Amino acid sequence: MEVAEKKNKNRRYKPILDGIPDWPVYQLSKNRKEFIEEVAQRAFNEIKKNRPTTKQLVDELEATVYREQQRMKRNRWRVDAADEPKFWRNLKEELVSLSSKGAEVNKRKAEELIYRIVLRYSNEIAGNFKANSYRLTREIVKFWFARLLNGARVKKFGAFFRTRYTLRDKIQIVGKVKQLRTLATEGTVVMVPTHSSNLDSILIGWIIHSLGLPAFIYGAGLNLFNIKIFAYFMNSLGAFKVDRRKKNVPYLETLKFYSMLAVQKGAHSIFFPGGTRSRSGMIEKNLKLGLLSSTIEAQRNLYMEAQPGEVVRKIFIVPVTLNYHFVLEAPDLIDEYLTSKGADRYLPEQDKYGSWQLLQFLFKFFTKGSNISVSIGPGLDVMGNYVDDDGNSLDSQGRIIDPRDYFISQGEITADKQREDEYTRMLSHKIVAEYHRINRVFASHLVAFVAFEIWQKKHPKLDLFGLLRLPEEDQVIQYEEFRAACKRVRKQIYSLKEQSKVYHATHLKGKIDLVIRHGLDNVGIFHLKRPLLMNKEGNIITKDFNTLYYYHNRLAGYDLEKFI
Amino acid sequence: MTSKNLSDSEKPIGVIGAGNFGSVVANLLARQKKVLLYARDESVIQRILQTRENRSHKMHDNITPTNDLAMMAGQCDVIFPIVPSAHFRSMMRQISSHIHPYHILIHGTKGLDVTLPEGQTIDTMQTLDRSMVKTMSEVIVEESVAVRVGCLAGPNLSKELEEGHPAATVIASHFNEVINIGKRLLRNENFQVYENNDVVGVELAGVLKNVIAIAAGALSGMGYGENAKGLLVSRGMVEMVYLGRALGGNTKAFLGIAGIGDLVTTCNSSLSRNFSVGFRLAKGESLKEILASTDEIAEGINTVKIAKKCADHYKVRAPITTMLYHVLFEDMTVKKALEYLMRYPLNIDIDFLGE
Repeated sequence: MEVAEKKNKNRRYKPILDGIPDWPVYQLSKNRKEFIEEVAQRAFNEIKKNRPTTKQLVDELEATVYREQQRMKRNRWRVDAADEPKFWRNLKEELVSLSSKGAEVNKRKAEELIYRIVLRYSNEIAGNFKANSYRLTREIVKFWFARLLNGARVKKFGAFFRTRYTLRDKIQIVGKVKQLRTLATEGTVVMVPTHSSNLDSILIGWIIHSLGLPAFIYGAGLNLFNIKIFAYFMNSLGAFKVDRRKKNVPYLETLKFYSMLAVQKGAHSIFFPGGTRSRSGMIEKNLKLGLLSSTIEAQRNLYMEAQPGEVVRKIFIVPVTLNYHFVLEAPDLIDEYLTSKGADRYLPEQDKYGSWQLLQFLFKFFTKGSNISVSIGPGLDVMGNYVDDDGNSLDSQGRIIDPRDYFISQGEITADKQREDEYTRMLSHKIVAEYHRINRVFASHLVAFVAFEIWQKKHPKLDLFGLLRLPEEDQVIQYEEFRAACKRVRKQIYSLKEQSKVYHATHLKGKIDLVIRHGLDNVGIFHLKRPLLMNKEGNIITKDFNTLYYYHNRLAGYDLEKFI
Repeated sequence: MTSKNLSDSEKPIGVIGAGNFGSVVANLLARQKKVLLYARDESVIQRILQTRENRSHKMHDNITPTNDLAMMAGQCDVIFPIVPSAHFRSMMRQISSHIHPYHILIHGTKGLDVTLPEGQTIDTMQTLDRSMVKTMSEVIVEESVAVRVGCLAGPNLSKELEEGHPAATVIASHFNEVINIGKRLLRNENFQVYENNDVVGVELAGVLKNVIAIAAGALSGMGYGENAKGLLVSRGMVEMVYLGRALGGNTKAFLGIAGIGDLVTTCNSSLSRNFSVGFRLAKGESLKEILASTDEIAEGINTVKIAKKCADHYKVRAPITTMLYHVLFEDMTVKKALEYLMRYPLNIDIDFLGE
């Protein structure tokens, strides 16, 4: 009795660029050495500009060395380079010997040390895209995923070797696909997806390939490279490494210039503007402004460096939402969220999921229900204006505007940091609004939302933490009540869709009992403790309030509470 | 592309609105720059051209009046829209297609814009929320592609400015660039310019103080003295802070030039239009009679209506605003309103500072 997802219209897309050598990411990797040096040089200049005196440079060096040594002592990872301790030890010795020399010598030496550090970082961050490896990975993924899918769906042994089902049946791609493909030929695309699971990176990689787009570069958390299977995939997909343990200035500058220069040179990029996976399950509300600002800066640089009359390559921001019935890490994510709520403390990056758990998940994913949906949003310019299919920026009345004008002050293009910070803030608001608009509601989100809100309403005096500790005998909702509330909320979701404030999966339509059944069957389907179930009497119960809260949060921010 | 030698000194500055304040701002700007002053009425333009006078201000020679918004947007990078809030949105719609992202707009209008669902009027709405009530900077951004937007607020009584008495204003913008340009253009030896980053806060301070100004006029009209005024200013301040916060401003803006500075000025001055509305109310005139005999709009009247309905929606205690609403629109006498206020049971002096 499954609610059928509408037959997937996803078709196969032809690659927009024929050969891998035409891809921007390939160009970048071909000139890898020059690129790394350019990044290091730019980061170095920036650090020097902001620290004009030798003393400031030395202070920065000391702080960096200290932090790095602390990191190595406390939190060393498998991926960390073996020569790391030696590098920093040497650096420290040279730094100590500085003070005895003359001022001019010290200055030169301090600068040299800074450069050495940023060059090392730049090397470390740089991705290593290899065309052959990319092709191979792609084929492996395609082959095995297809086998799994067919073996599981068609219950005959021989089916394992057929290709009746493909990933495209499992992963729904909706939205502005055609526009995305055009924009990728007309300018540089920066894709900014929501982030809930470590699986996102691989998913996005597959999507990009399946849409016929050339490989994108993206910054992946270095922690992921600890998991070998991920490391292999990501290295071959053009990922560059982002190490969130390193908060020192030289590292952050290098990272910023890496992504900025890559975008500026036309490499399509992806980054998750939420920074890390959404701990609460909510759609990201506060985006990391650093990387966003680098896209604005890249666009401004392109305008500044252009010759008069030259057509400037535009940067397009494309928001994407990823929706799952089930997020592997949900119980841990929500735990971290709850423990940190109220206190702004550091969240350790722990990954309890090794290669084996991941394979298990993938197997379950392909053998059971649980679709994934990907909504591609409309393209934006770096100011958050919509663009048409030709890449022209449009104002709210649909008139064409020139984004160059945003950087003009009294007739001249100028670099104004404060102004661009403000633009970044505006862009981030726009992206968040788009996320909510293109978000695709699943039945599982609906049931989780309704159940949690009913409990909340029944206990108006309890705060979140009180509610999460609700005694078991109170954790039952009568089916009729639940059904009625689901119907009301669904109606409001329809109405929001009419106003194009949200989307929903096609399976949300139809008989409400079936939709509820579909939601219950799928919400957090592979968790040991299911967030929502129907008991023998046909009423609604939960086995895990925390993960229920997590899945509920996907619908936070739409003012649906009042329909409970 | 604009060539380099066309430096900013040669580009005129635009002022939209040849009312009292618009004329004064145009005169301030004209000390350093060529100014294009937009007026809707052809007769006003002709008068300025022929007599160099407008609303009893002597207009500076650097000012050229015009009724061509497109031309103004084409020639000016920096524009000061200073038109009554009731016409602000329609004015923006007229100029919108000529505005580019490089334009800088600094407005000087102390009022709110109300946009209602189809078929509703402000009187049919029981309450108003922030999705319907917009500040002028928000209207600018909604109606055009301009993003570098700021506002001008503070105790700027037109007559005193004209006579060159010492005064100050505050320019608020999210963009330092806008603040700096505004400062450079307006500042002179008698006119100090302060800066603030909380645009909405400053706008709301300027808007809401008009409510208290009417009340001050009413007290004065009743013949009450300075004690009563001190009471009103301080309690009015608290009310402004609460309403302002509910509408999205920060407390700080209300303690500055645009808040307390402007409040003290308008509450003490018979020069203020809002003050005189209150004064005449207390003398027993009806709102209708008052409106019939003035040529410029007192923003405060409309603001009372909007502020009262917002206070109801956000459940903010605003006794002064509410009583004024009864006086203006429901024929309560000033005396009765005052009696009510004096019996008002809340006696905590200040409870908006600190957390």
